[in-house]
Amino acid sequence: MGDYKIPELGEYAEIPPVCEGAMSHSHPYVAAPEHQEALGFPGELVEDWHGKAIGRLGELLDQTRSLRVYLDSCVRCGACTDKCHYFLGTGDPKNMPVARQDLLRKVYRRHFTALGKFPLTRWLVGAEDLTEEVLDDWYSYFHQCSQCRRCSVYCPYGIDTAEISMAARDIMDHIGKGQKYCNEIIAKVHKIGNNLGLPGPALENTLEGLEEDIEEETGVKVRLPLDEKGADILLVTPSADFFAEPHVDGLIGYAKVFHQAGASWTISSYASEAANFAMFIGSYEQMREVALRIRKAALDLGVKRLVFGECGHAWRVAYGFLNTLAGPWDFLDPNYPVPQHICEYTWDLIEKGQLKFDKSANDHMTLTFHDSCNIARATRMGDKPGGQFEIPRNIIKAVCNNFVDMAEDTIREGTYCCGGGGGLLTDDLMELRVKGAKPRMEALTQVVKNDGVTHMAAICAICKSQFSKVMPEYGIGMDRIVSVHQLVSDAIVLDGQVTGEETDKLGGDAAPQTEE
Amino acid sequence: MTALFAILFYAATAVLAVGLAFKVVQYARTPAPLKIPTTPAPVTTGGVVLRMLREVVLFESLFKSNKWIWLFGYMFHGALLLAMMRHLRYFIHPVWDWVVLVQPFGLYAGFAMLAGLGALWFRRIFVQRIRYISGPSDHLMLVLLIGITASGLAMSYVSRTDIVALKQFMLGLMRFNWQPLPAEPILMAHLGMVIALMIVFPFSKLLHAPGLFFSPTRNQVDNAREKRHLAPWAAKLEAGGE
Repeated sequence: MGDYKIPELGEYAEIPPVCEGAMSHSHPYVAAPEHQEALGFPGELVEDWHGKAIGRLGELLDQTRSLRVYLDSCVRCGACTDKCHYFLGTGDPKNMPVARQDLLRKVYRRHFTALGKFPLTRWLVGAEDLTEEVLDDWYSYFHQCSQCRRCSVYCPYGIDTAEISMAARDIMDHIGKGQKYCNEIIAKVHKIGNNLGLPGPALENTLEGLEEDIEEETGVKVRLPLDEKGADILLVTPSADFFAEPHVDGLIGYAKVFHQAGASWTISSYASEAANFAMFIGSYEQMREVALRIRKAALDLGVKRLVFGECGHAWRVAYGFLNTLAGPWDFLDPNYPVPQHICEYTWDLIEKGQLKFDKSANDHMTLTFHDSCNIARATRMGDKPGGQFEIPRNIIKAVCNNFVDMAEDTIREGTYCCGGGGGLLTDDLMELRVKGAKPRMEALTQVVKNDGVTHMAAICAICKSQFSKVMPEYGIGMDRIVSVHQLVSDAIVLDGQVTGEETDKLGGDAAPQTEE
Repeated sequence: MTALFAILFYAATAVLAVGLAFKVVQYARTPAPLKIPTTPAPVTTGGVVLRMLREVVLFESLFKSNKWIWLFGYMFHGALLLAMMRHLRYFIHPVWDWVVLVQPFGLYAGFAMLAGLGALWFRRIFVQRIRYISGPSDHLMLVLLIGITASGLAMSYVSRTDIVALKQFMLGLMRFNWQPLPAEPILMAHLGMVIALMIVFPFSKLLHAPGLFFSPTRNQVDNAREKRHLAPWAAKLEAGGE
């Protein structure tokens, strides 16, 4: 980690003074030729990068209404200027959504609008050519956008900076200046099936280990099946769920819910990843290729339903794009939405009274809930708008006695990104991640102080990883971030489960895993 | 002078109409490859119509965002609407009843416009963040609008214009039977700036007006799971690949 100051947390979200160039040094590693070429992008900056970039921008303008409309429509009213967590955390004016957009907009103006092409009016409308300097700015600042869409909520025209930064990243990929973190990961998914590059046998091993853990803890044989043909449900979950903390506790939760519901389900080793980082680089083709793995797995295994685990952008791709990218899903059971979120699945069972809970198992915690940006602002759960806010909270309240929400303008549709989304969850962007987490840390610290909140629950693999890494920088323990299904897991009473005392008799270190 | 303004008015009208039509057709023809409504979003078309209405009539998102910008922006746009309704009397004969009714409001609206524009400009100059994002065209647009408003008010309060002759001129333009334009400097400045605004409309950020209606984050129905959405170019990609 470089030397930078951890931001001091304020009482309320204060708007920082503009500090030009504060984050201009922030650049993620550029993708190596092998990472680029694996996705069909040029290995390094091509000779005619300027011409290629403008050409690609032209193609995108013809293919994408959002890009075209949004590049024209901004009036620079300033409504978005205080909405981005990266601006609030860094004060760098190019992290104000409008200024970030303008990095691309000025090049658009120069090459695609009359007043920008005409030399005498060019200065008026701020049209500028794509110089090396501008390209550097693109690389820096379009990798300081987590595509969380908070600005879009507050823009009077709904301008979504995510659309702009996706386009910019796509252009940079096409001229050979891609980002290592995303492109390396996408290549791994194409090759092995998940972001981690975890091969089938290793996955099998991991799942068996988890089965043993659960049996040791509860005395109940809960299965985590892999590649079981003819299962009803295919669970697609972020690969972080297989090993990272607290993600894995969530996976155990899903397994217990499936077990208790008597469901026949399976994980696929071919499509062992819910995440789809191709969204972050704005590549429809790459995103589709990743999504088609899920289709193939569903067909090969002959499943009837598709359920997604806790992951934010994955749920955006699943909920919003899967039908487009890899549909139609007419071979699945039409009685269920395709796909379903694990929270929808669990909440449905809770509503039907099919799950029993001992809420006191979570009494040592007071919970709050972090709405993950992609789930909050780009998807839905259940039938009604806003179900994505209510269903996870309902689940938490069904399994915990103590729940408190954070300040209203920092949750639900106004939620702050964790600071690590959008392909920025990489160590080479640590300073950005820490500073970008500031608004959320402020809101969290407030409920910790005022309401005795001890833990924050989330339903996103990136949020969980990001928080467990950056919370300690703000003096909050890394174990204070939990999975929603971890709470379910701790409270659920399985048929035939041995009680706490009996577990003790069984010996071993089978203490409840939530104990700190 | 009459001929110059007549020709300029025809030219400006043509640029505005053709330019705007071109943009609207371009927006409409550009496919939206993915479902990207900002959620929570309506799940029915009727719901989307309501959402768009709230955006257009109430500036809902802006209200959520910043009460000051909303107040001044709303003041300006609402007053502009009233002022434009007031101006209808120069283009129709006989004048419709509701246009007669709106006359006094349209007049006061001029002051509200001026106040709104002034406040927005003040913010643009004195709020550090907004100053940073403002370019020459942003300031000039405000100058132009303030110029139009101020010259308009001046004709009511400082140096009254021969509005009967003006109406003859306007009706003459519309009937291709030119009538003399009153040779008054304030009027000519007012009309000249309006002509400039009309010409610049399809090439500037004033495109936010048609843009809003084509904004996928606002105008899409939240039904991605229920209904498959596929852009024509994506369908081609699908047919070619796999």
